Amino acid sequence: MSEIALRSSQKTTGSLARTEFWAGARDTIPLIIGAIPFGLIFGTLAAPSGLSFPGALAMSAIVFAGSAQFIALGLLAAGTVWPIIVLTTFVVNVRHALYSATLAPYVKGLPQRWQIPLAFWLTDETFVLVANHYSRSGSSPYRHWYYFGSAIFMYLNWQLCTFLGVTIGRLMPNATAWGLDFAMPVTFIGLVVPYLKGRPMLVSVIVSSLVALIAFPLPNQLGLMLAALAGISAGLIAETRQKEKAE
Amino acid sequence: MVTNEVVLIGGMALVTFTIRYSMYALAGRIEFPPWLVRALRYVPPAVLTALIVPAVLIPTGETIQFDYTNPYLIGAIVALIVSWRSNNLLLTIVLGMLAFWGWQWLIAAIL
Repeated sequence: MSEIALRSSQKTTGSLARTEFWAGARDTIPLIIGAIPFGLIFGTLAAPSGLSFPGALAMSAIVFAGSAQFIALGLLAAGTVWPIIVLTTFVVNVRHALYSATLAPYVKGLPQRWQIPLAFWLTDETFVLVANHYSRSGSSPYRHWYYFGSAIFMYLNWQLCTFLGVTIGRLMPNATAWGLDFAMPVTFIGLVVPYLKGRPMLVSVIVSSLVALIAFPLPNQLGLMLAALAGISAGLIAETRQKEKAE
Repeated sequence: MVTNEVVLIGGMALVTFTIRYSMYALAGRIEFPPWLVRALRYVPPAVLTALIVPAVLIPTGETIQFDYTNPYLIGAIVALIVSWRSNNLLLTIVLGMLAFWGWQWLIAAIL
């Protein structure tokens, strides 16, 4: 290849990658706006839940999993021991294994230096966008740049919002008296309601609610695990029965 | 940061990354049994509900408060309706919080 042709080919490669990157970033904007209150509230709730200032920043920086981080705060506030919190994190995040399985065929050709950060940055939001993008946009070899563009902005936004939440939270020393301890349940309600489509999901949530109340006095948030497992099982049973009825 | 926090955050990070990376490492060569795929879909709502319900109905951590003097309950009902009607997370949080604050103020003013 002549030098000019080589240069022109490199330029095309660079601009295709850039196009994918910015498309990923642009499509992520609404999800970033939706994540802002989470990040702020997470940061604000950290201190009243018993997580230190560096602890809150470190959790956002190296765990980077919104709902698990919130649940960890809830558990910390309830005085839960760390192995239960790590186990709960596993239960809450195990859905990411499905995301990982879905995207694996698309990223398996990439070198480790791509796969590792892309796996680390896998969130619900980025997963939905990237899975859609991979399923529709033919065979461009630069689609991982779209994934990267979406992921990096979700990540930076989460860090910034956590920092702002932690600092604003410090300006309002008594966050609980402000009623910010209600911010977590209210945020979770906004997350759960979109799932409530169809009878099995409703059954799951109702069973989980009842078991959570009945089992609340159990130590180490055992009630939470029981309620979650009961809810999951109930949903699965209801779904199976619904299918049997339909057949 | 206390030692306990280092262990906690390190553990959470390790568990989370392992899950996210697991299938990239296996490169889609294994398949989930269908019942597990279905079960996993119930994990987020079931776990979140198990956290919401005690926080709203047992705000003091002692007894169930299922009545109008509980602002957590009123805020939660408003959030539920707003989320269901609008499907807008930000609006749900803002109106849920406002209802909670408003009701707390009203109860304090009346009782």
